[in-house]
Amino acid sequence: MRDLIGRLVPTQAGLGYIVLVATAAAYLIVYTSSLGRFPTSFDYLSILNTMLPLVFVAIGQSLVVLTGGIDLSVGGIVSLCVAVTATTVTGTGIAPFGWLIVVLVLGAACGAINGVIVAAGRIAPILATLATLSIFTGLALWVLPVPGGSIPSVVRNVLSNPNVPTGLIWLGVAIGGWLVLRRTRFGMRIYAVGSDETSARAVGVPAGRVKLGVYALSGLCGALASVFYVSTTTAGDANAGAPFILTSIASVVVGGVAFTGGRGSALGAVAGAVALTLVIDVLFFAGIDPLYQSLFQGLFLVVAVLLGTVATLVARRRRAAA
Amino acid sequence: MRPMSTRSEIPPSAAVLAVRAAGVHRAFGGVQALRDASFAARPGEIHALAGENGAGKSTLIKVLCGLISADRGTVEIFGQQVRRVVEPAARRRLGVATAFQELSLLPDLTVAENLLLQDPPRGRLGLVRRGRLVPTADTILRKYGVDYIDSRATTADLSVAHRQIVELVRVLAQEPRVVILDEPTAALPDRQVEWLAGHMRRLRDAGCCVIFTSHRWREIEQLADRVTVFRNGTQVATRDRISEAEAVTLMSGRTLAGTYPDISALPVGETVLRVDELAGGRLRKVSFDLRRGEILGVGGLAGQGQRDLFLTLFGARRAAAGTVSIGGEQVVIRRPKDAIRVGLGIAYVPEDRKAEGLFLPLSIRDNVALATLSRRSAGGFVRRRAERSAVTSISEQLRIGGGRASNQAVGTLSGGNQQKVVMARWLLTDARILLLFDVTRGVDAATKHDIYQLVADLAAQGKAILFHSSETEEIANLCHRVLVLREGRISAELPGPVGDADQIVAASLKEASDA
Repeated sequence: MRDLIGRLVPTQAGLGYIVLVATAAAYLIVYTSSLGRFPTSFDYLSILNTMLPLVFVAIGQSLVVLTGGIDLSVGGIVSLCVAVTATTVTGTGIAPFGWLIVVLVLGAACGAINGVIVAAGRIAPILATLATLSIFTGLALWVLPVPGGSIPSVVRNVLSNPNVPTGLIWLGVAIGGWLVLRRTRFGMRIYAVGSDETSARAVGVPAGRVKLGVYALSGLCGALASVFYVSTTTAGDANAGAPFILTSIASVVVGGVAFTGGRGSALGAVAGAVALTLVIDVLFFAGIDPLYQSLFQGLFLVVAVLLGTVATLVARRRRAAA
Repeated sequence: MRPMSTRSEIPPSAAVLAVRAAGVHRAFGGVQALRDASFAARPGEIHALAGENGAGKSTLIKVLCGLISADRGTVEIFGQQVRRVVEPAARRRLGVATAFQELSLLPDLTVAENLLLQDPPRGRLGLVRRGRLVPTADTILRKYGVDYIDSRATTADLSVAHRQIVELVRVLAQEPRVVILDEPTAALPDRQVEWLAGHMRRLRDAGCCVIFTSHRWREIEQLADRVTVFRNGTQVATRDRISEAEAVTLMSGRTLAGTYPDISALPVGETVLRVDELAGGRLRKVSFDLRRGEILGVGGLAGQGQRDLFLTLFGARRAAAGTVSIGGEQVVIRRPKDAIRVGLGIAYVPEDRKAEGLFLPLSIRDNVALATLSRRSAGGFVRRRAERSAVTSISEQLRIGGGRASNQAVGTLSGGNQQKVVMARWLLTDARILLLFDVTRGVDAATKHDIYQLVADLAAQGKAILFHSSETEEIANLCHRVLVLREGRISAELPGPVGDADQIVAASLKEASDA
């Protein structure tokens, strides 16, 4: 029983879920008071399809942050993969799905490049991924100079069907993927490297390979996000990735992943991503000018992080008292 | 766990050395940590590495276990030459397991995860069975007789001693052929030292090569079959038997006259600090006075509230009850900032150098000067010349890093020298009351001697010093008075210098039987 109570008390790790519940409640209140009815299944479906890309990017970002790194290049990877998806994924039958695989490989390869630069080149992640962010964004503009392209409806129906919540399956796959990863030796090593890289090396953890792995996975997640992005918006834009840099980092922070690495969970980041998507709807139904959207998103982030800091302090007090 | 089959790979011929290093060089920046160092250890022996701080023992160990590469030279494990690259995992496969001085446990992971990181219990799909982590870890801990550590605990929450024990169990559980233990006993209470000694002997008898370092000569005498002494980055002797006096001469190149300074000649002044019925944590109503120029020892068995006393006085832990007066005026210390504030002037030097606010990449000078920046700056600019002269004189007094190298980064210094930097920092402040908590832990004999002298000098300058050490002998010889703590209370007060550590131990135990 005491264990259960201990689990319910907010900690930094539990922050994402609390913020998510609060945001969902705010959404319901603002929606009903502005429209005079409860949200319909159409609303839920649209939220689901809108949030999927950010959920994927946030999972990838959380893996990198758990090792103590940061991946700014997700913006470039998403842009590039969106451009490639919008231009290559065409036709009917099985062919477009073959191209989707190509996009995923491309994303993972871009991430692996980051991994090599960070692990073998020993360059600070923030610098390495800032540089590749520009490179990948440049490539995206070269592939798709003006917004456009399309996505076959067969792909759309499978990924983010506007009528059936197929997105729930993919959300389940994403969360399931994390739960499996957490139970691999690689998953344990991610936490080890983030907790103390020198010590991890000393006990024989191949820190370089672990870093390569998380950046490649982050790239793969970026590619997955792009595919869902194009599927939902039905067109491509070579600047589509830019907003994901900040929102993915914000999701990770709100999700309670320690920026120094070693503590937190991708599940928290998923909760953070969902909350961040909901905030936009809350602002919309509250009648706030979309011009001020980023202002309020920023405020939301600051408040959420402050809550996390307070929760950590309280937890530390309690631990010290015990 | 390593399968037992690896044991059969040990070549039957005893002529094969377990570890052989030849002509090893290694530099850090401008500091030559190892120069043409050679070392050899046989299977089935306990081999001690002795030397002052900075003699190159830790660097040699890191080269042997593949954590850092040698600039030149060769390393062989059981006759097999290992590549000169950074590759602890490969060394592990050769059967080398190392417990490091700066613990290699991952602070955010649980004890179970730390023990099983490299070889977790896995199910059919190769996935880690997280539910089995704790039971498996408990089995391992119990196999080595450790039933007092919760394997579910986050490692960062454990005491230093318990972390050291987990680190040692992690190493033992690998069933290694070569065990390297860097200062394994520095953080251990006596009972666990015995526990470790038993396991070291058992491994030796099983044909394993056990290499260890220690600053406690008694342990080297009791445990080691052979001793190799290092000085200035190279080995100066390898012997079967060696006396302490000879070893000290070999290690330092100088002889030590009288280990402890004579403190009975130091005058003791008026009361500076009065503690009245202080309680909190393990402390139960502790009252005492600390006088100007006095070194007051706090002894007793381990874990009787000594740490809580120091932390509470420094404001790192809230007092539950009781009062503290400084200079006759009652004060409230809620946080360390209150304690440091000019006027109170309390300084705390803890035993964990990694966590006590040394800025490893910064130079010795910057580290020493940081606490007093404001006093040596004008209009927001630091008066570098004033700073340099103040720091240089103090560095010379302490013999840190050979005096002239005050530009050297603190991170490149050995543990003992880092400890001196911390103490030098407080020397430059106006602190009137020094709380020295086990400051000589993991420090070699010659540096300890310097620190004793320094403590006496500080007292002679009129500082009031509260002194705790895990080595009771130090408390017995260096203190004007000794308070013996038992279960959070002062159970005895002995006039000092006691001289004989056994008297303090007897006092701690006697109360135990009375209670």
